[in-house]
Amino acid sequence: MDVELLSRIQFAFTISFHYLYPPLSIGLGVLLVIIEAAWLRTRDPMYHQMARYWTRIFALTFSMGVATGIVMEFEFGTNWATYSRYVGDVFGSALAAEGIFAFFLESGFLAVLLFGWDKVSPRWHFFSTCMVCFGAHFSAIWIVVANSWQQTPAGFHVVEHLGQARAEITDFWAMVFNPSSMDRLSHVLCGAWQAGAFLAISVSAWYLLRGRHEAFARASLRIALWMALAASALQVVTGHSSAVGVARNQPAKLAAFEGHYDTGAHAPIYLFGWVDERRERVVGGPRVLGGLSWLAHGRADAEVTGLRAFPREDRPPVALPFQAFHAMVGLGFVLLALSASAVALMHRDLLFQSRPMLWAMVFAVLGPQIANQAGWWAAEVGRQPWIVQGLLRTSEGLSRTVRAEAVLASLVLFTAVYALLFAVFVYLLNDKIQKGPHAGDLVPTGKLALPERGNA
Amino acid sequence: MSVALPDLNTMWFILVGVLFTGYAMLDGFDLGVGQLHLLARGDRERRIMLNAIGPVWDGNEVWLVTGGGALFAAFPEVYATVFSGFYIPFILLLVALIFRAVAIEFRSKQPMPWWRAMWDWSFFGGSLLSALLIGVAMGNIAWGMPLDDSGEFAGSFLGLLHPYALILGVTTVALFMMHGAIYVLMKTEGELHERARGWVNPCIIFFIICYATTTMATLIYVPHMTERVRQEPAFFLVALGNMLAIANIPREIHRGEDFRAFLSSCAAMVALMALFGLGMFPNLVRAVPDSANSLTVYTAASSQKTLGIMLNIALIGVPMVLAYSASIYWIFRGKVKLDEMSY
Ligand code: HDD
Ligand code: HEM
Ligand code: HEM
Repeated sequence: MDVELLSRIQFAFTISFHYLYPPLSIGLGVLLVIIEAAWLRTRDPMYHQMARYWTRIFALTFSMGVATGIVMEFEFGTNWATYSRYVGDVFGSALAAEGIFAFFLESGFLAVLLFGWDKVSPRWHFFSTCMVCFGAHFSAIWIVVANSWQQTPAGFHVVEHLGQARAEITDFWAMVFNPSSMDRLSHVLCGAWQAGAFLAISVSAWYLLRGRHEAFARASLRIALWMALAASALQVVTGHSSAVGVARNQPAKLAAFEGHYDTGAHAPIYLFGWVDERRERVVGGPRVLGGLSWLAHGRADAEVTGLRAFPREDRPPVALPFQAFHAMVGLGFVLLALSASAVALMHRDLLFQSRPMLWAMVFAVLGPQIANQAGWWAAEVGRQPWIVQGLLRTSEGLSRTVRAEAVLASLVLFTAVYALLFAVFVYLLNDKIQKGPHAGDLVPTGKLALPERGNA
Repeated sequence: MSVALPDLNTMWFILVGVLFTGYAMLDGFDLGVGQLHLLARGDRERRIMLNAIGPVWDGNEVWLVTGGGALFAAFPEVYATVFSGFYIPFILLLVALIFRAVAIEFRSKQPMPWWRAMWDWSFFGGSLLSALLIGVAMGNIAWGMPLDDSGEFAGSFLGLLHPYALILGVTTVALFMMHGAIYVLMKTEGELHERARGWVNPCIIFFIICYATTTMATLIYVPHMTERVRQEPAFFLVALGNMLAIANIPREIHRGEDFRAFLSSCAAMVALMALFGLGMFPNLVRAVPDSANSLTVYTAASSQKTLGIMLNIALIGVPMVLAYSASIYWIFRGKVKLDEMSY
């Protein structure tokens, strides 16, 4: 295997693994802020217990995110050196800003969030929780901006430096607000909120099914379900505006999402299907005629550019983005339907008895995770063969001095290490869930022993 | 009197240097604690060791992450050349840092002795290997790297393991170990405190031997690293300050002033990094054998515009970072006490 393929596999593997955890931290961060705010307002010790419990889960996902994030920070340099030379001027600043504005904030206040319960006042603790949550959101902002720049470059010009072309910033804000960054950022954040909310939903539903920690589970479920409903509804909106943007800025990618080969009006959307890449057509599957035209341009009779309009060497792979895109969109609607009907049941006081619904919610935790992965795979594979859309090809972005054996060795090493970490993570997560919330947390002590409202 | 500000390229050389110095000074003691971890006896003592760095190690590691980001942004040629050139050692460093990080988080989550022993060893191994590899990388950068005329690495993996680089690797291990031992002394009480007192002196002696060896080897084999100090006698004060700071460590330890000993150790690190920077400037990576291929602050840098934007980011960000880092250290001052949320 050659360096290019191996480096691509390694990058995809390490970033996908990293991306299992940050969405959970971002989503749980929001949940923690809500819970602690509720605690400060009501002084109900149940909220204190919830805050403690979800903090423990948060700590676990956070530490996995940190451990795997370090790899990402340096992998551009180790495996994509030529690309790094090309984009450093533009995109290095986003990465540096991430460190300065996001990671310091997160890691600093995390210490207070985890270990500061008895060291600072409840208000200070709440402030720290908010800062950790902000920090997690900031890291998403900067990294998605950097990634969006390579999807839809803006605010730069190409100059020669040391005998090679490279991009240099001409307009910083145009770089930051490049045509896709805000759509994609909102979409990514909604996906993260869904991931956090559905984890809490899943664990709580499990407790209810087992008849354990019921009061705790109901309270957690109530908050998480509302959050999931809001995020899932918003997700469809942001996904739609992303699609409009892709149609405008990366038409080849959009065509790959639907396996759309011939330019024409009334372009269809398939509910599912199979792409025959050799014969260049989509096999089977019910379809909505004009759906793609409508999704991309707002009119069912609008013309949508097909893949044949692009020279073969500029076309992305089709089958993988197609399947990934369909998995994501399908899951998006499933999650929306699930959270909406669960909220409706909750209103009629039927939810906590409905075992099929509770079981569905136990497994729903996988939905956002799969959709998040699928979304990135669709977006990133759909960008191929460009590493920077329209400017630099993936094959040109490699490290010239790194040999295939070295990349193979590192890939094997990462696979082994990550397999071990994943097993340990699942084991510990399950262990924490089985142990459940600590009864002792119902009686806050020390500086936390707030008087209960009313009987103070 | 008017002071001419250095140009943007030089300022970024200094800023990147500050970030990596911050990393050495802060994560240095975390890695040192990791190296000494197995010497602590019994579960309780090991938990105290972990919790001594518990609230701060992640923030300390961010200095490295941000240093990497700043290097990428300000000197992308260096980021690309060094990390692709040091491919294998770098991947090992990443794996070592991963094990260090998860070991801290995972160790106390289960009571089984084999479980705890496994993560104790990975904490130790990850910390030791990280320190060693960081030192080896510094050694190579000081010695010079084989670069071709397009600034690409032209050497081999084994070529990176020459004796000078290894000496610097061992010296870094010794430096972090000493720094970590003093930190443990500062953060503990009772029996562990007494035991840590026993570690400090051997650590200091080990470091001083390494330090003397490195200094000699540098003077003899890597004379370019000392040229600037020779040309500009004022810089000799940095070297002098370094020696005084190191000499002050055993004195403060002897008097029981652990915190001051720690500050001396920090000062020694700052001075060492300053000497390193003075030796390198204006090169970021010195090319051997043909020094015309070196990556300097001028050839390897991003555009002036980007350096200017980044400076604004740093001017906004760095004071904030310093403010809340300081408050975190303040909140968690004093001796470690184990509680329910501890590792
Ligand atoms: C700021 C940059 C950046 C960010 C935030 C992401 N990626 Fe990416 N990705 C790249 C920068 C990049 C890249 C360096 O540009 C790669 C390497 C090879 C390539 O073509 O693009 C890439 C490739 C790449 C590939 C392989 C595509 C192929 O080679 O066919 C996958 C599957 C992903 N990424 C997945 C992800 C996921 C799951 C992310 C979510 C966290 C993600 N990427 C965020
Ligand atoms: C290739 C791109 C990426 C790089 C270089 C990267 C880098 C890093 C690094 C170095 C850390 C550890 C910081 C620390 O030590 O505290 C980290 C953690 C984190 N990253 Fe990434 N990351 C990438 C992609 C992403 C994406 C796409 C997101 C979210 C949308 C994200 C969100 C986070 C968050 C929230 C954390 C904190 C730890 C956690 O919550 O799990 N990262 N990342
Ligand atoms: C419900 C309908 C949805 C639509 C119409 C939709 C649409 C899209 C589109 C068009 C992209 C590609 C953007 C680009 O390449 O620039 C995308 C990417 C993505 N989607 Fe979705 N999506 C939906 C649901 C979801 C859900 C439920 C999740 C996760 C919980 C999700 C997570 C992602 C992620 C993580 C990406 C990659 C980041 C990005 O490019 O924005 N999506 N989505």
